[in-house]
Amino acid sequence: MSNNLQDKIETQEYIVNMGPQHPSTHGVLRLMVNLEGEIVKNVDPVVGYIHSGIEKMTESLAYPQIIHLTDRMDYLSAHMNNEAVALCIENALQVEVSDRVKVIRTLMAELQRLASHQLWWCVMGMDMGALTTFFYGLRDREMILDIFEETCGARLTLNYSTPGGVMFDLHPNFQKRVKEFTKYFRKVLPEYNQLLTGNVIFKERTVGLGPLSKEDAIAYGVTGPTGRASGFACDVRKHNPYSAYDRVQFNEILRTDGDTFGRYQARIDEMYESLNIIDQLIDNIPEGDYQAKMKGVIKLPEGEFYQRVETARGELGVYILSDGKKNPYRVKFRSPVFSNLWVLNHLIKGQKIADLVAVMSTLDLVIPDIDR
Amino acid sequence: MGVKPRKKDGGIVMDDYPIVAEYEGGSIILAQFDKLINWARSNSLWPLTFGTRCCAIEFMAAGASRHDFARFGAEVARATPRQADLIIISGSINYKMAPVLKRLYDQIADPKWVIAMGACAVSGGPFFYNSYAIVKGADHVVPVDVYIPGCPPRPEALLYGIMQLQKKIRAERNYSAPKSK
Repeated sequence: MSNNLQDKIETQEYIVNMGPQHPSTHGVLRLMVNLEGEIVKNVDPVVGYIHSGIEKMTESLAYPQIIHLTDRMDYLSAHMNNEAVALCIENALQVEVSDRVKVIRTLMAELQRLASHQLWWCVMGMDMGALTTFFYGLRDREMILDIFEETCGARLTLNYSTPGGVMFDLHPNFQKRVKEFTKYFRKVLPEYNQLLTGNVIFKERTVGLGPLSKEDAIAYGVTGPTGRASGFACDVRKHNPYSAYDRVQFNEILRTDGDTFGRYQARIDEMYESLNIIDQLIDNIPEGDYQAKMKGVIKLPEGEFYQRVETARGELGVYILSDGKKNPYRVKFRSPVFSNLWVLNHLIKGQKIADLVAVMSTLDLVIPDIDR
Repeated sequence: MGVKPRKKDGGIVMDDYPIVAEYEGGSIILAQFDKLINWARSNSLWPLTFGTRCCAIEFMAAGASRHDFARFGAEVARATPRQADLIIISGSINYKMAPVLKRLYDQIADPKWVIAMGACAVSGGPFFYNSYAIVKGADHVVPVDVYIPGCPPRPEALLYGIMQLQKKIRAERNYSAPKSK
């Protein structure tokens, strides 16, 4: 009798809309989750809720004006975005920036990467239900923001790199503050591990969840710590060094597990590497101009220009098509988060819906970078 | 009768209102219904976690250790509009998002307030010129009580904005007749 009844009961497939207003999508991403019971059959991300037409806007702006818009794309890696456009313009004009500028940019980029990973860490903990991480992460992040504020006046949207250099010279306190911070943060980082990494509940929820193979990572174009956790050697800093990355020693974090915990661990390890890079550079910042001589109105020669940098989330590419005028003809950003997002369906298919949030937070999504 | 203002207990209501009678376990005070309600409402603002852009990060920073807006009674950020009574629009609103914002606003139970945080929500900000996608100010979609300028505003600016909103709420008249001129 009961067997017959079981045969008659059917589980209906239904669609749950997650977002656009949902705290775990880190912005206004909408996910159409196709469910059979608890099992996720399909995830269909709907983007565009924060589209602001930055690429189109750039066509009516002069080159130095583009940079402040890139702050608003991936606001957690604001400096790397600025740097990408500045480097692209410098390459096109074949301007050689001084060593000082290169080192300043590298230092700022690594500080920015640390700040970004700290925020990712505290939000990841919060997504999994650990509110304590939120307070720990943001407490330490404020120290970096103080350094930024002293250097360029802004906490979040730095707008510090300009074509040919940086906006201002370093503040006299910069070295002292950064050394204080690295000393402090080396002490605190093991605390992060004690709090979350070794936590049994956290491990139960993340180890083995949503594995991504190296082949799939390459096929989907997944870059950054997400791709490197699967063994895809894609660190632009290592393989195509820009700024001062050719003069520092650091390891490219490569892992083989590629699951949610692997992606988590890859970012934690990257924080140590960033501290190493800062330590190598902070004592020998060369003297020199902080801004190369540039023309008042910057006009790029006709042609196509491409520059890629490593942001905190992966590989950012800036493509500029110039027709020789003071405005670009077309600008295209290859944003890391856009490519990383579409692997979500592949990762979560067949898993429980409760794991969706855990998998999504290790992709480290920043929605304005997806939509631009 | 010994009707006298009592200062020593602290607290907003106790400061302003006289004690009518005192008992062993406590005392009875006489207050205007309006002021009592406004006092309660202004000190327990529950914001909706509605972050669209960079300002959301400063919103988080304002809620975290250093700035801590729990001091002003606004710490319980709610994920659902049905439990919130304040939207802090932190970031730009585009034409695809505008109906969603309107719907969220409608889902909040009265009384409700809106803070437009940052240049995008105030006027479109950096996307004012040449952008085909951004609504030029959130006040085209929902009524806004307090505008906070900045791109993004510092957490201190957000705290000041919340305090301004509290000031505004304390001056609201819910039950008494409007002031005649």
